[in-house]
Amino acid sequence: MKGKEKAALLCKLFLSTLYISAFTFGGGFVIVTFMKRKFVDQYHWIDEDEMLDITALAQSSPGAIAVNAAILVGWKVAGFFGMVVSVLGTVLPPMVILSVISLIYQKFAQNTYVKFVLAGMQAGVAAVILDVVCSLGGKVLSEKQWVYYAVMILAFIATFFLDVNVVYIILAAAAVGIVQALVAKRRRCGK
Amino acid sequence: MIYFELFWSFLQVGLFSLGGGYAAIPLIQSQVVESRGWITLEEFTNLITISEMTPGPIAVNSATFVGMHIAGLPGAIFATLGCIFPSLLIVSALFFLYAKLKENAVMQKVLGALRPAVVALIAGAGIEILLLVIFGGEAKVLQNVQWVSCILFAVAFFVLRKWKANPILVMCACGLGNLLAQSAIQYWS
Repeated sequence: MKGKEKAALLCKLFLSTLYISAFTFGGGFVIVTFMKRKFVDQYHWIDEDEMLDITALAQSSPGAIAVNAAILVGWKVAGFFGMVVSVLGTVLPPMVILSVISLIYQKFAQNTYVKFVLAGMQAGVAAVILDVVCSLGGKVLSEKQWVYYAVMILAFIATFFLDVNVVYIILAAAAVGIVQALVAKRRRCGK
Repeated sequence: MIYFELFWSFLQVGLFSLGGGYAAIPLIQSQVVESRGWITLEEFTNLITISEMTPGPIAVNSATFVGMHIAGLPGAIFATLGCIFPSLLIVSALFFLYAKLKENAVMQKVLGALRPAVVALIAGAGIEILLLVIFGGEAKVLQNVQWVSCILFAVAFFVLRKWKANPILVMCACGLGNLLAQSAIQYWS
């Protein structure tokens, strides 16, 4: 890639992560769904499967999911400098906002109109996440593998009803994959 | 030196908080309230509330808030750096492993099985937020249902699925919609 193109790419990556981070309320999964809309659907920098892999890696590493996902997306899209600008873009908005709020925080949290706007935005966030779940879930279902159906249902029960730690769920799913690989290898050797 | 102490405290938060979000809260509390006494428990509770209402991860928000409180802007910068430093090393290493092993047969099976699990995790997080929206954080009974929020959710979901609308615009529209609706309700009653 030439210098100019690379600079343009880095600039676009920085602005995208800055924009996503500034408007993403809620936990790490929220930011991952917004990244999917931007980097997979809009820019086609990353494919759907890779985005799910990035989510799994970001989720199973220590630290904030949003920062972890930004590191992975940055490396994937534009190497080391991509990682640097993408982390900066992700970290700057909360830093600026919290710095300002730390000065005025009591009035901010008690204002009725602020509360109304934030409650409405939560409804929007729920819609965005479930929209992404429908797209990604549809893709998993289209692979027509009963093992994947089972993993998806069991993982949902574990996280939603049983409050199992996310790390264990990821490890259990990885174990299912390893067993599948071993079984496949055995079959090949048997023939 | 206070900058180094901030860096070191938040480095531990970044290193040991697995599973993101709420998992980090007890760690941050033990660092900044209990062992260092940088802020009081009441201030910490306010900080968590603010973190939930503003963008960004709770760990980064806390680092900025506590850093600002203790040592101004440089304090905020050092605390935030500490908080993301472990991720920079560990996640970058994982990225290289992933790039190298992606085509490996075992790795493909592992990733294949991880994907449906991740979809389920995102679904779980989404439904939890949806329940918060429907009942406004109160007990899950019919009289607590927030009808305005439910309508906003339904319209937003429909617009997103049908026309692939810009999610950030949809979110801001929901915020504005609720502000108008609730203000109107307050005015008439």
